[in-house]
Amino acid sequence: MRNVSGFVAGLVFGLGLIISGMADPAKVLNFLDIFGAWDPSLAFVMAGASLTTFIGYRLVWRSESPALGTEFDLPTNRSIDAPLLTGAAIFGIGWGLGGFCPGPAWTSLAIASPGILVFLPAMLVGILLGGKAKSLPLFR
Amino acid sequence: MEPVASTDFTPWLSLFGGVLIGLSAIMIMGLFGKIAGISGITKGLTGMLPGQDGPGDRGWRLSFLAGLVVAPLVVLFVSGSFPQQSVPTNLVGMLVAGLLVGIGTTLGSGCTSGHGVCGLARLSPRSLAAVATFMVVAVLTTTLLRHVL
Repeated sequence: MRNVSGFVAGLVFGLGLIISGMADPAKVLNFLDIFGAWDPSLAFVMAGASLTTFIGYRLVWRSESPALGTEFDLPTNRSIDAPLLTGAAIFGIGWGLGGFCPGPAWTSLAIASPGILVFLPAMLVGILLGGKAKSLPLFR
Repeated sequence: MEPVASTDFTPWLSLFGGVLIGLSAIMIMGLFGKIAGISGITKGLTGMLPGQDGPGDRGWRLSFLAGLVVAPLVVLFVSGSFPQQSVPTNLVGMLVAGLLVGIGTTLGSGCTSGHGVCGLARLSPRSLAAVATFMVVAVLTTTLLRHVL
């Protein structure tokens, strides 16, 4: 049950990324290129996704617990600190350079362009490196 | 510099796709009680979050990622072709981009989905700060690469 519903949720998410245009790096880079070939479409993706989630979360949170779990596991860290802002900035550079964020990287794997076959393994290595960076004194 | 591929403005398709992403995020919260952050789910899969996950979290995460991977194959099956995409061809650039996305989302505890979709829906100030930061930096990066360098 957990695996089937996880798969369906991933499929819906992936189809959403593809239909919205978020899985096409050209569309992402044109969205970011506000002083050039600007394509504002992805603002509609963020608006549609955030508003839907805003409403849905509040309906879901009326329950005592999630259907297949024991409790709602929400982030408790409230601080706007150095790891958050440094990490977000580093992610921004990578996103603006390649046009892929993590979700679209996964939905592009099967299309197997040379770019994604380089990007995705590098991203996994980056996740391991990021875990190490997080334990540096600078970020503790 | 890569040639700039022109794209059409698609407000309705983008809005509809966004709603699907939101529905998936609601499913993950309603079923598992978790934030649907793809970087977090990917990271959890690598087994780097010992003690933070209840039993069985690895299973649904793997299934969720499988769903993401299968999505373009469903499009291929239904429409007869893969979804249209134009991926940068500078492989050194893509290597660096992948590393930075992995490092940045791990250090910053989230990406476009976790901080963007789910964090904004939770009205989290921390996520709003992250989204503002990566949006501004990404715009600056693309602008610099396309118009300055």
